[in-house]
Amino acid sequence: MYGNAAIGEAAIRAGCQCYFGYPITPQNELTEYMATNLSRRAGCSFVQAESEVSAINMVYGASLAGVRTMTSSSSPGISLKQEGISYLAACELPAVIVNISRGGPGLGSISAAQSDYFQSTRGGGHGDYRTIVLAPSSVQELADLTHRAFDLADKYRIPVIILGDGMLGQMMEPVEFKYDAPSELPVRSDALRGAKGRPSRIVKTFTSKPTDLEELNWSLFRRYRLIEKEETTYEIYMVEDAELVVVAFGVAARIAKGAIRNARANGLKVGMFRPITLWPFPYEKISELTQTTKHLLVFEMNMGQMIEDVKLAVEGKREISFYGRPGGVIPTPSEVLRVITRLYYQKGLKIEK
Amino acid sequence: MLIKTIFAGFGGQGVLSMGLNLSQAAMSEGKHVTYLPSYGAEVRGGTANCTVAISDEEIASPVASSPDFVVAMNQPSLVRFQNQIQSGGLLFINSSITEPVVSRGDIEVIEVPASDIAEELKSPKSANMVMMGAFSKKTNLVLLSTLIEVLKNTFKTKKMLIDINKKALTAGYDLF
Repeated sequence: MYGNAAIGEAAIRAGCQCYFGYPITPQNELTEYMATNLSRRAGCSFVQAESEVSAINMVYGASLAGVRTMTSSSSPGISLKQEGISYLAACELPAVIVNISRGGPGLGSISAAQSDYFQSTRGGGHGDYRTIVLAPSSVQELADLTHRAFDLADKYRIPVIILGDGMLGQMMEPVEFKYDAPSELPVRSDALRGAKGRPSRIVKTFTSKPTDLEELNWSLFRRYRLIEKEETTYEIYMVEDAELVVVAFGVAARIAKGAIRNARANGLKVGMFRPITLWPFPYEKISELTQTTKHLLVFEMNMGQMIEDVKLAVEGKREISFYGRPGGVIPTPSEVLRVITRLYYQKGLKIEK
Repeated sequence: MLIKTIFAGFGGQGVLSMGLNLSQAAMSEGKHVTYLPSYGAEVRGGTANCTVAISDEEIASPVASSPDFVVAMNQPSLVRFQNQIQSGGLLFINSSITEPVVSRGDIEVIEVPASDIAEELKSPKSANMVMMGAFSKKTNLVLLSTLIEVLKNTFKTKKMLIDINKKALTAGYDLF
């Protein structure tokens, strides 16, 4: 199944009732999948909006009405959605936003890139807020994390971003869906579905009293602390005895894994660390790694964005190198192997006999 | 063992279908597989290509910078991809419409008059399946029977197409 279609199927199986989209390459197959499959389901709707801005505001409305809702786009379109995401965060509304990212800045290119790391993990829009960011690295994981995204969004009343890229969206891999579509989901008690028989409720993002807004910010941040404690996830690969650990996320991580397998075959003790949640970022685990490994190499398909979080985690205790290819260039495993090998010898790390 | 193949040709020749066919066959034989189509600014009648990676273990990258096999269904594809093939790799050429001018001596060139054979079968559109048959015989990547099973599934709703595609596959397979 195409990565894009796998997200669509997983969303439907997670009980997504409303999808709003606006076309942009390389995520169009997701919009197409929802147009064909979601609109057929009873009680569900698909709308192709007139712009990205209206799509995210439709999500805002659907979320207020208490249904599971999603929108998707690619980098330039996600920029347009930031205002809406900030409003969702302010109203503590759940929503899933998929970014099948491409090269930037500007309209950029249509090839896969990871240059939206900063935008995704720092809130993205204005105001003091965070969104959960999930970074899958295979089509199977796209499906699994889409399901998890809906659960997390509801559990913490927070917008969740799925940060994929053009390659994951476009490629086809075998995928297994572990859930069936639920027949009915419970309706949130605060859903706005008409005030018949009860006083009307007002949900708004503007507060004239700074102290009230301060309280909202405090309550959001207490929840963010909880998410950091409970939901941080990552994958480790052959780090136990590793002299050098490659830190990479998403599609870059699977490329790195291929390189590491070959490096191991040459006797180089290399491992990999892959954050699955980019926010909350696994600072603690990386900090632990510095006790066993000698050197870290951050590998990204950008000019170095996640490396800032890795530096925060390492706190200067270990030296960190960087290798990146921006602009939508997809590096090969053999290219990364060359980088690893050169670094390994430069730093005089131990080779297995 | 990781094997990467690029299928390339004109849009409409069914090169993406060939890749899909191979991916699904490999999947049903229990292999790890990725399929990556070229996408984006493509035009009707222009060139199309896709990459299929098949392996016994997890596949790191679905992109092939030096594929093991290349299937060139037209002249532009031959020009574009022949220099990327790994030394010792196989190059399949649709020799009916392609001048098989190959500048390398370290790869094996397999000429398949796919379009002519499809013409003879009175189904010019199945040139891709003729090529697929020859491909499966020469590479042994997947079984012919698995490819036929996949066809049956692909044309579930257009049953009358199964037979002719099967014929084309077998005709290609029997060439070598």
